[in-house]
Amino acid sequence: MSEPSLRKITQDGLWTNNAGLVQLLGLCPLLAVTSSVINGLGLGIASTITVTTSNILVSLIRHYVRPEVRVPVFVLIIASIVTAIELSMHAWFHDLYLILGIFIPLIVTNCVILGRAEAFASKHDVGRAALDGLMIGFGFTLVLVVLGGMRELVGNGTLLSQAHLMFGDIAKDWTLTLIEDYRGFLVAILPPGAFIGLGLLIAIKNVIDKKLEQRQPQVIKIETPAVTDGA
Amino acid sequence: MQFKTTSSPYISSAGDVGSVMRQVLYALVPGTLATIWYFGWGVLIILIMAILFAVSLEAIMLKLRGRPIKPFITDYSAVLTAWLLALALPPLAPWWMVLIGVFFAIVVAKQLYGGLGYNPFNPAMIGYVVLLISFPLEMTNWLPPRMLAEHQLGFMESLGIIFSGTPTGNLTWDALTMATPLDEVKTGLSLDRTISEIRQSPLFGDFGGQGWEWVRNWFALGGFWLIYKKVIDWRIPVSLILGIVIISTPFFILNPDSYGSPAFHIFSGAVIVGAFYIATDPVSASTTPMGRWIYGAGIGILTYIIRSWGGYPDGLAFAVLLMNMAAPMIDYYTKPRVFGQRRQGP
Repeated sequence: MSEPSLRKITQDGLWTNNAGLVQLLGLCPLLAVTSSVINGLGLGIASTITVTTSNILVSLIRHYVRPEVRVPVFVLIIASIVTAIELSMHAWFHDLYLILGIFIPLIVTNCVILGRAEAFASKHDVGRAALDGLMIGFGFTLVLVVLGGMRELVGNGTLLSQAHLMFGDIAKDWTLTLIEDYRGFLVAILPPGAFIGLGLLIAIKNVIDKKLEQRQPQVIKIETPAVTDGA
Repeated sequence: MQFKTTSSPYISSAGDVGSVMRQVLYALVPGTLATIWYFGWGVLIILIMAILFAVSLEAIMLKLRGRPIKPFITDYSAVLTAWLLALALPPLAPWWMVLIGVFFAIVVAKQLYGGLGYNPFNPAMIGYVVLLISFPLEMTNWLPPRMLAEHQLGFMESLGIIFSGTPTGNLTWDALTMATPLDEVKTGLSLDRTISEIRQSPLFGDFGGQGWEWVRNWFALGGFWLIYKKVIDWRIPVSLILGIVIISTPFFILNPDSYGSPAFHIFSGAVIVGAFYIATDPVSASTTPMGRWIYGAGIGILTYIIRSWGGYPDGLAFAVLLMNMAAPMIDYYTKPRVFGQRRQGP
């Protein structure tokens, strides 16, 4: 297998093969916690750290693990990383930890992470695996933050509320109230809002892709998604 | 994608979509007039506003999707959706709520799914449910029927309230509005009162709420006419009402203090309008004869379950959406055997 260029890895992770918008992986946390920008950002950062570290570790041991036992080994690695992250969040970002609650330990089952370990890290060298993890995580975070922002704005009329949970007391007054005396549009905060919001984001991405395609009619590239959704 | 479900001929008499929609609209007229008579000008204002919003949004969406506008606007489907949604809204709902409801009904639930014929859910009910879960306070501001109202709102007064969002002068929401019969029952039961005590309130009539039940009768009349004209299939309304009777009778017999009678459940809330006009939506309902029995009964039973043990006083909208979701599967398993084919399991 030819090694993909660093540029392609970056582009795949951020856009062409975006975990949230194209692969539609990790929908459970994606839909559940994105009720505000800060929640999305918190979970995004935690997922990014997990997927990057797990990609590095899986890539390091890829020559020593027999294929028959690879999945349990990957899961063990991911589980230990997530446990470490959970404990650190418990210690340093306790309030955010309380909000994100069950979804931090559930990162273990997030198929983005196992998917990248299986489909990419176990076949490529450490540097590429690390970059891939970082970019996939970053792309995922981007979707979480944009979706969280959309839902927070439509649902509450604010942005960046409760930023102090993550950035400490200096962030107490970062909250942007964009619409004064907003009555709130509850459906955006409730689960249906997450589904509608994600659907709209995917639609916007498809429109942008189509526009880009029309602008430069080049050689047709056939892209196959790296993994299919398992959970 | 290929669907293996059969589509039975739904209408034998009517020619095209437009004439079906128009007949349903005619059938809605008596009930709507009765609603206006009992609940005031607000109903009419909201109805006209909803239709205007719906037709404009439909035209904009058709334009954006590059579809011909005229044939789709003149089929009256947007008007019917708006009409049904307007009947579900409280008589003094603020204008922006009407707009949001119509937006979700026409743009999200109908056009984004591909327009009339492709919507898996009933658009009017999507609009209603979005409003109900987003603005629970405004959605419960119902007016009392005219014989119980202390103050009859004039046309301009209603218009003012709908556009400003608050009652003018020395009127307040508390003075103007009143709990609906189903609300009253739900609140009363939570205060450990029995049904017969709750029904002492002047709000209640012979079966359902005073005034409310007459509105239902007029809607039912329109519904019978639709069945007579074969615009809607009789199985869905019959099975829906039967479903409610079947599930509510045992509870009523065993414990009439906490469970309303079958007649009360049929004549209050959205059941009559839902049975004849909403559940029979040809796009989102089940299409096989057997499937229609299951579909209608499912809506009836779910409505009763949500009313009796759920968080909302009425549950027909949720029940319709849940059964809309199940309709393709019901159709799949109730395919009628084609004459001459061998009998075999699905």
